[in-house]
Amino acid sequence: MTLKVVVVGAGVVGAACAFHAASAGMDVTVVDRGPAGAGTTSRGEGNVLLSDKAPGPELDLARLSRRLWDEAGEELGPQSFELEPKGGLVVACGTEDLAALREFAARQEAAGVRVEPVDHVRDIEPHLAPGVPGGVRYPQDAQVQPVLAATALLRAAVRYGARFRTGAVVGAVTGGDGRITGVRTAAGDVLPADAVVNAAGTWGGEVGRRLGAPVEVLPRRGFVLVTEPLPPMVRHKVYSADYVANVASSDAGLETSCVVEGTPGGTILIGASRERVGFDTTMNTAVVARLAAQACRLFPFLGGVHLIRAYRGFRPYCPDHLPVIGPDPRVPGVVHACGHEGAGIGLAPATGALVTAHLLGRPWRGADPAAHTALLPDRFFTSGGAPQ
Amino acid sequence: MSEPADLVVVGAGPAGMAAAVTALAGGLRVVLVDSGPAVGGQFWRHPPEHARVAIPTGDLHHGLREYLALCAALSAGRAAGRLDLRLAHHVWSAVRDDEFAVHAADRREAPRERPVVLRAPRLLVATGAYDRQLPFPGWDLPGVLTIGGLQALLKGGGVAAGSRVALGGTGPFLLPVAAGLAARGIAVVTVCEAADPRAWLRHPGALLRNPGKWAEGAGYAAVLARHRVPVRPRTAITGAEGGERVTSVRIASLTSDGSPRPGTERRVEVDAVGVGWGFAPQLDLLLPFGCELTDSADGNAVVAVDDGQRTTVPGLYAAGEACGVGGAPLAVAEGRLAAESVLADSGAAPALSRKSLVRARATVARQRAFARAMSMAHPVPAAWSSWLTDETVVCRCEEVTAGAVRAACAEGGAHDHRQVKQLTRAGMGWCQGRMCGPAVHCLAAQKRAYVPAERLVATPVTLGALAQLDE
Repeated sequence: MTLKVVVVGAGVVGAACAFHAASAGMDVTVVDRGPAGAGTTSRGEGNVLLSDKAPGPELDLARLSRRLWDEAGEELGPQSFELEPKGGLVVACGTEDLAALREFAARQEAAGVRVEPVDHVRDIEPHLAPGVPGGVRYPQDAQVQPVLAATALLRAAVRYGARFRTGAVVGAVTGGDGRITGVRTAAGDVLPADAVVNAAGTWGGEVGRRLGAPVEVLPRRGFVLVTEPLPPMVRHKVYSADYVANVASSDAGLETSCVVEGTPGGTILIGASRERVGFDTTMNTAVVARLAAQACRLFPFLGGVHLIRAYRGFRPYCPDHLPVIGPDPRVPGVVHACGHEGAGIGLAPATGALVTAHLLGRPWRGADPAAHTALLPDRFFTSGGAPQ
Repeated sequence: MSEPADLVVVGAGPAGMAAAVTALAGGLRVVLVDSGPAVGGQFWRHPPEHARVAIPTGDLHHGLREYLALCAALSAGRAAGRLDLRLAHHVWSAVRDDEFAVHAADRREAPRERPVVLRAPRLLVATGAYDRQLPFPGWDLPGVLTIGGLQALLKGGGVAAGSRVALGGTGPFLLPVAAGLAARGIAVVTVCEAADPRAWLRHPGALLRNPGKWAEGAGYAAVLARHRVPVRPRTAITGAEGGERVTSVRIASLTSDGSPRPGTERRVEVDAVGVGWGFAPQLDLLLPFGCELTDSADGNAVVAVDDGQRTTVPGLYAAGEACGVGGAPLAVAEGRLAAESVLADSGAAPALSRKSLVRARATVARQRAFARAMSMAHPVPAAWSSWLTDETVVCRCEEVTAGAVRAACAEGGAHDHRQVKQLTRAGMGWCQGRMCGPAVHCLAAQKRAYVPAERLVATPVTLGALAQLDE
């Protein structure tokens, strides 16, 4: 019997889940209240990073995902979502920073990440400020255009037989045994399902509640700056070593540590602030100014370059800063795939493969559920299902 | 002005000038900020001070008495130390915390930029509007301008963009531009008005209540007749051709839905073209505040205001074209009413006499009705997109074609300009969709009013200036 799967959310994670599940032969329906890739997916930079991840469960998922992005590129055409294996360059701003960065990189290398210590960073990134004592190059870091990636994955899923429906999911339909049998939409339809994947990103907490399987997913606001188009000036994803500390931080206040990179369109993207302000969409000029100042310190030529756009989005995070991927122990049939924070684009293909493996009950495209147990929702609950 | 301001007014066109003058008259301390080198906005644009005698522009202007009176009142306000006039200041963001903070780049010593923050408990946005453009084959050739651009060259420097000029589009604004060019000896070879003038007959009340508009129209008609300028109703410029620059246009009669009538197309030799399809209100500073919008009759969403020009955000007011395109007399009246609301909401006494207030309200009602009738009589032709080939460039900054936009809608499932942007880059370039936004919107979602993309950065600003702000 073909497994009927409803994926809630047509962001890059939902699209990747649909792509893998449909290619595994499941009967997939993707449902989203809006168009594909219009939420957090459209508000990021398209980071596919290994460099910012310490050895552990997230890095394990990221390494798998990096390979699956290449495979998706081979299947869908790398141009269809602007896959650029440009590599990352993390620079230290002082000698102490450099020692810490090298030590961090050594641990990453032991976990299987390719790292290349660089002494003369301006040899490979000529417009960097003079006086940077050194850095580490991460050749596996890459970039994709997130909305194109989501739509390309969704289109491929549709070629495998998946359907895409617009509508908000308002609740679950469950059978006598408590197992989910479908979801109800705001329009009053019921989409029958043997399994429902919660890939609602920042809204995953709310969708989980509606499905009777709440998980804590919180928004973290991030601004990204876009410059006027320029000839190629920045070759890698370049960021300063303190970015790593910020990514992992739980501080409530503003944190900025800029990531600077060029795009195929010629613009330069400057991310990434992190603020815990709920779903507040207000423009924060102080954040924009701080990012600009940090970017100018890394690349002095940027001082004369125009900012033409700023955008912001809400990165979904779980309290322990790990995504939640796997079946919910409380409602059989519900599978979570959300809470990726700022790494959702990079981690999307592996998340889709891992969700598919959970649904199949066996490994899929290199994703083995037994190897990623730290991401299961069980970590949030006691055995009786109560929050820990 | 060292004491804190009570009000920041962004935009020193007719609405902003009138608002600032009224607020000053009510005793408030005002900051008036504009990107231009002088007050007056687009409507009262003048040559630089030193060239005003050499370049006569009197015939291009209306309401000059009002303009001079407002200028005099602003000068008096500065002399009294209660007006802080910030010209050549480009506002890139306005935000609200305890009070409003208006962030500008001071470009008086361009290319140097200095970041400036202007603060006050109340903010009035009077940022006007700009030409709404619809693409057509050849519209990106040098020599093809907006009619507003042609008019700005005339008013600002007495410059005519060509010697044989064709004008096209819709709306009464075509006429003053044609008359201004003709009066300077330029051959205006054709004025293509897409609308059917009989459409006005469906709105007799709006016409009868605004005799001033008749007189203005009759004045232009006389100038155009004297210079034998042909005004052709129900026709459009459907293409432009040339190499280095435009050398000819194709014009065609239109059927009732706006498709070119087969067999009517002909070619006219020109060296410049001006096109305008009404105006798009400049809402960039207002949208990020989350103000409520409303559908104006001309296809644009505009900011919703109460009868005192208050937006739905406390302390935030709007006047002029941002509330619906309607011309300078309407903008002046709205500016006065907005300032009266600011005074009332600040607990200050009114500045206008009871009679003037009644008159301003009546002007707003009458002119709004006229503007509404005008936009109904001069719609964007429903079938305009049939003029486009798949190769026609729609987004000039990113060189996105009509074919790519159509594919994003048909195959990519995009149904608004934001999704088209994500899939094609239309609107991601230098102008951030200010030019192509209305056209992409029409191609993707014809039925709804155009709500521009939210732009958190209202005008480009250097990262260096922003970095100074962080210090």
